[in-house]
Amino acid sequence: MAVSFRLRLDPIACDGRGVCADLLPERIDLDDWGYPIIDPTPMSGVTAQHARRAVAACPVLALKLELVQSSGSIRGSHAGRTSSSHSLR
Amino acid sequence: MITQPTPSAPPPPPSAPHVAGPHLPRLLTAVGQHDERAMTLASHRRTYPVPEMARRQPIESFIAAVERSGLRGRGGAGFPTGRKLRSVSEGQSRPVVVVNGSEGEPASGKDVLLLTRAPHLVIDGALLAAAAVGAKEVMICIERDKQAAIRSINGAIGERIGAREVMIPVRVRVIPPRYVAGEESALVHFINGGEARPTLTPPRPYQKGVDGRPTLIDNVETLCHLAQVLRWGPAWFRGQGTDDEPGTMLLTISGCLKRRGVCEVPIGMSMRTIVQAAEPTHEIGALLVGGFYGTWISADDMGWISMDNVSLRPIGSGLGCGAVIASPRSVCGLIETARVVTWLAGETAGQCGPCVHGLAALARGMTDLATTRAPAEIVTQLQRWAGQIEGRGACSFPDGAVRLVRSALRVFAADIAHHVHHGPCAAAVNRSMLKIPATVPDREKVWR
Repeated sequence: MAVSFRLRLDPIACDGRGVCADLLPERIDLDDWGYPIIDPTPMSGVTAQHARRAVAACPVLALKLELVQSSGSIRGSHAGRTSSSHSLR
Repeated sequence: MITQPTPSAPPPPPSAPHVAGPHLPRLLTAVGQHDERAMTLASHRRTYPVPEMARRQPIESFIAAVERSGLRGRGGAGFPTGRKLRSVSEGQSRPVVVVNGSEGEPASGKDVLLLTRAPHLVIDGALLAAAAVGAKEVMICIERDKQAAIRSINGAIGERIGAREVMIPVRVRVIPPRYVAGEESALVHFINGGEARPTLTPPRPYQKGVDGRPTLIDNVETLCHLAQVLRWGPAWFRGQGTDDEPGTMLLTISGCLKRRGVCEVPIGMSMRTIVQAAEPTHEIGALLVGGFYGTWISADDMGWISMDNVSLRPIGSGLGCGAVIASPRSVCGLIETARVVTWLAGETAGQCGPCVHGLAALARGMTDLATTRAPAEIVTQLQRWAGQIEGRGACSFPDGAVRLVRSALRVFAADIAHHVHHGPCAAAVNRSMLKIPATVPDREKVWR
């Protein structure tokens, strides 16, 4: 089973400090007001490692990395945030 | 609210009995032309007999009947109601039914009309939906400023208790009168003791809602149709409307028309027929379909567009809540759009950056375009912002403002060229047809 991850942003928690875009410019862009525009494409390997660093650096914990299983379902990487019944759009 | 079944309806079939249902209107029968009061339980029972299905069919067949009817939600999203019932009923714990009676859309009046004049029809729908999914509790959410609707529903609940009708607890929950307070995650958050502001989804309310239980949230009009489906059957329901979107729908018609108010039409009726039946008082320049959260349609498109999502979606539009505003040619569509977007920007829950800052930017940009000799680049800038905002809120509220701006840029392209080259048009000083509520300052907004 191929394991990959994808970024998920909580736009309510996010206050646009932009740390994530500094750490992961290949996946995160900023809009005209400084809020992150996330590339939702699944990733693995080195990119996923960089993404994990960006997630850890978010001062308001608005960014999460979700596990994407090859079956198409995703699971939150944080405890208490499971969305396994939610299929990929 | 004026109520006039405006557009001409097809004649009833010859065998139709003289009760609400088998002919048009299906819902507005309870809304008398001369009686402003709520229909009593006794007259409700005469007009809408106890559903046949509820008498003869097992409760297990209700959901299948709604699925077969093809009923879709009438609150704006148009989601298949049967599928929603099915998902809620398959949840892990006992479900709750929430009637969404919030009508924050300024151009819409149909839900308040049903709550005020046909409260028993709404309660029938809610109780049948509760039976279908196995819920033992119903909450009817109504905005604080809709006092007549709150009184009417409370009166109807009292009547049923007095008549010793077997019923599960049905309660009114009074919610803050804000546009986004009616968004379903906001309703759930409020009922659970929080602020009436949207939360991050998933989990969606049908999975985990009130008290963490699977929660069926349906619009007032949707539940009235559901009651009629279980009264007359899915085949009857499909006797009006289109194959993909069966049934009738309530429209709230306003603007430069003589016959304004709520009317009931089969889904798929031609836009021109609807507008002509409402008797325009001026030459129409454009229609705002779906209300302030809707999209502009040009007078030329009116000829071939019909009132259904299959016809409206290709031009980036949709039925929404069924509000239609006719704007005369003498009014500047850009100024109207600027005013609506400014109002929408003021209705943000203030939670997500792209909504707070993006909608304010759209409002400023549209206002510049409408009232100054703005540089041509402003259009490119508006398009860019629209692309940056879309899909980036926790709820879909900002997406509505994006659709509205995009439709204005398309429908009023010729006006934009004029504004850019010559400054504001002569029509810019003409009186608006839109009744826009005052914007409430953030510090005065109440979310509880």
